[in-house]
Amino acid sequence: MSTATAIAEAPASTAATRGLVEITKVHKSFGATEVLKGVSLTVEPGGVAVIVGPSGSGKSTLLRTINHLEKVDGGYISIDGKLVGYEVRGQKLHELREKEILKQRTEIGMVFQNFNLFPHLTALENVAEAPVVAQGRSKEEARRRGLELLDRVGLKDRAGAYPRQLSGGQQQRVAIARALALDPKILLFDEPTSALDPELVNEVLDVIRELAKSGTTLIIVTHEMGFARDVADTVVFMDQGQIVEQGTPEQIFTNPQEPRTRSFFSKVLEPAFNI
Amino acid sequence: MSSAATTAAQSTTSAQSAAGAAPDADAGGHATLGGVTLQAAPTGTATSGSGGVPPEDGSARVATDYSAFRVVAAKHPWRWVGTAFVALGVLAVAWSLATNPRWEWGVVAQWFTAQSVIAGLLETLKLTAISGILGFVLGFILALMRLSASPLLVSVSWTFSWIFRSTPLLVQMLLWYNLGYLYEKISLGIPFTDVRFFEVQTTTLISQFAAAVLGLTLNQAAYSAEIIRGGILSVDQGQLEAAAALGIPAWRRSTRIVLPQAMRAILPTAFNEIIGLVKGTSIVYVLAYSELFYTVQVIYNRTQQVLPLLLVATLWYVVITSVLSVFQYYIERHYSKGAVRNLPLTPLQKARKFFATHAVANNARNAR
Repeated sequence: MSTATAIAEAPASTAATRGLVEITKVHKSFGATEVLKGVSLTVEPGGVAVIVGPSGSGKSTLLRTINHLEKVDGGYISIDGKLVGYEVRGQKLHELREKEILKQRTEIGMVFQNFNLFPHLTALENVAEAPVVAQGRSKEEARRRGLELLDRVGLKDRAGAYPRQLSGGQQQRVAIARALALDPKILLFDEPTSALDPELVNEVLDVIRELAKSGTTLIIVTHEMGFARDVADTVVFMDQGQIVEQGTPEQIFTNPQEPRTRSFFSKVLEPAFNI
Repeated sequence: MSSAATTAAQSTTSAQSAAGAAPDADAGGHATLGGVTLQAAPTGTATSGSGGVPPEDGSARVATDYSAFRVVAAKHPWRWVGTAFVALGVLAVAWSLATNPRWEWGVVAQWFTAQSVIAGLLETLKLTAISGILGFVLGFILALMRLSASPLLVSVSWTFSWIFRSTPLLVQMLLWYNLGYLYEKISLGIPFTDVRFFEVQTTTLISQFAAAVLGLTLNQAAYSAEIIRGGILSVDQGQLEAAAALGIPAWRRSTRIVLPQAMRAILPTAFNEIIGLVKGTSIVYVLAYSELFYTVQVIYNRTQQVLPLLLVATLWYVVITSVLSVFQYYIERHYSKGAVRNLPLTPLQKARKFFATHAVANNARNAR
């Protein structure tokens, strides 16, 4: 496949043909604490699901099970009908080997709360590393594509800078470009703005808003309620390891059905919406 | 005025208002401070109270423009006294080194580049290089074993470090050299059968050189394993997670992502070890192995010029260590890429910049 078609086709092919995420009755415990108690959730291809809820409700853990950074104790997760981390053979689920798990992960980009950029590599090297070693693309192609992606997040002129020479917001935008470099079907955002100074939050949210229109499936854990309302197709409210309620932003924010949802939003929303 | 101080002792707010009300209050307050010093905390509040004065105070005063004032640098007379004292000491030592005939610098110069000494020096360098490299390679493997998920690998690595760090190097050395006494033959075959692929007399296999390299390498590996393990542990877990999430293979994660970051923690201690090893090789004199230290011993036993010959060896150790320190500086600098916002200039770059800017300044002056 030539580079030109790969780039041209990336946004087109994502539109509704790939990126269906189905989470079925997922359980996960850390020691004696059960952090996910049978969570089921479907995100349609190209959909934008925003997960909200109090700290410790299992939002981040759920996100990390989707790309198998956490192994589930029960239930299963599939992407476009293919199980994550397992292979069906007859009536058995065989655990995939490291190599195959890594291959699956290249289809799922992840953006972390603390950016986790590689500090000893420049912005461009950060972006261009995985396509070469995980997807076997040529260095030249990865570099060219890396520059395009940095341009897309508005940082083309900082390609040669090391992460510590960038502001928090810039670092997170590089991290988003790095996740995009693998042309993932799905992007996971784990509280992408929680570590940022307030005035830097918007530059990151703007980039994510753009991505929401691109047709890639997004699953976002965030505390930015205004942003959630703005960008989500589906808002999912989690508490104590369970999905309490889900629906359109309208339903969840203005007319929540469950008392737990109502009490959470009464604490979180009012100050923001009164301003 | 003492009343102002007592109010201050009672409450901070009143201290501020009291001090703030009248600018001359704190001027007088100092006089009475002596009387209140016993009450340590209240005195503190009183002074901080008067420190908080300027905002209220400033509005009353006319602002002075200080921009045209000359800045007088603070004076540090005791620093100069200290410097002079140390300089005098250094001078005295240098003078005694140069003038005391018993140092026998002539003898030192005569032997410094003697053929036998140079041969010994080369042996020292050879031992250091071989056991340093092998030691760190083995140490890296041991560190990875120790960090692996396999309990067997972890305990083997732990036991290795435990044994080699708890026995004296001298004993290890003699043990390797006398291995022939314990095991007459060394053979490779299938255990518990009579099948042998090869068999050799231990004494022919373990020469002085082999015993020296074996002893130094295994001992070095035990220490460097811990240094490398510490370096790897110092790298944030999030780095591995991000690399795994990007689908980067495990080996590449170690070599490209973790190790370069671990190097910053590893290098200073690793160079300590290498420099220690340079001098540590002198322990192989117990095997009568003619490296630098053993060579000078042999010479002074013959000529009786003990101190000058020890100086010859010492000076060579200083030279090696100095060269290694320069390497250390540049290697550490290489790995600090990205860890500091801007790399500091090297001494060479500093010198170049100094001359460049001064040349420019001179030219500019000449042009005028």
